Amino acid sequence: MTIKSTAADRPSAAAEPAVLVLVCLAAWLVPGAGHLWFGRRQKGLIFLVALPLMFLTGTWLQGRIFPFELSEPLVALAAVANLGIGLTWFVSHALEIGRGVVTAATYEYGNTFMIVAGLLNFLVILDVFDIGMGRK
Amino acid sequence: MTDHFLLLALFAFFVSLVFAVLLRDEPRQQARLGGMMFGAFLATAFVLGWLLYPLPL
Repeated sequence: MTIKSTAADRPSAAAEPAVLVLVCLAAWLVPGAGHLWFGRRQKGLIFLVALPLMFLTGTWLQGRIFPFELSEPLVALAAVANLGIGLTWFVSHALEIGRGVVTAATYEYGNTFMIVAGLLNFLVILDVFDIGMGRK
Repeated sequence: MTDHFLLLALFAFFVSLVFAVLLRDEPRQQARLGGMMFGAFLATAFVLGWLLYPLPL
């Protein structure tokens, strides 16, 4: 198995805008999918495992998937951060895991894991965008 | 699981891993940066923990 990680292996031309949107959408839904799309297998596989695992660790720690309550700006921002993890958010929501137990000692830890996992995936999407634009 | 240090280390591991993989391309460089970040997370937590220990006064 070869790993495309050197500058010589990378595509330098910018991808078509429609393709770029599609790749970014895939990277949001499945962390690491964008890197896999562009042939960065090592990075893609690490993101694919690490980010959903981090989010699910948060749910295991009794963290909460925050609702989109615009009357509570910080809660809404946390909800946006949660949503950053993509498909894992939808699955967790559908299975009703991540309801949060506010009395649990690990509640805030869980929230932190889940929020940061989503935010890290936003950074991963930005990296995919840069790769698609031929900047990296 | 309520071991604060273990949770801190787990969080530091995930964040260091993702940042190292994002910021470096070669596996050796990734391991080096990730190790440094992980160590920095733990060291900072220890220092801040002891600095905050006397609070509230």
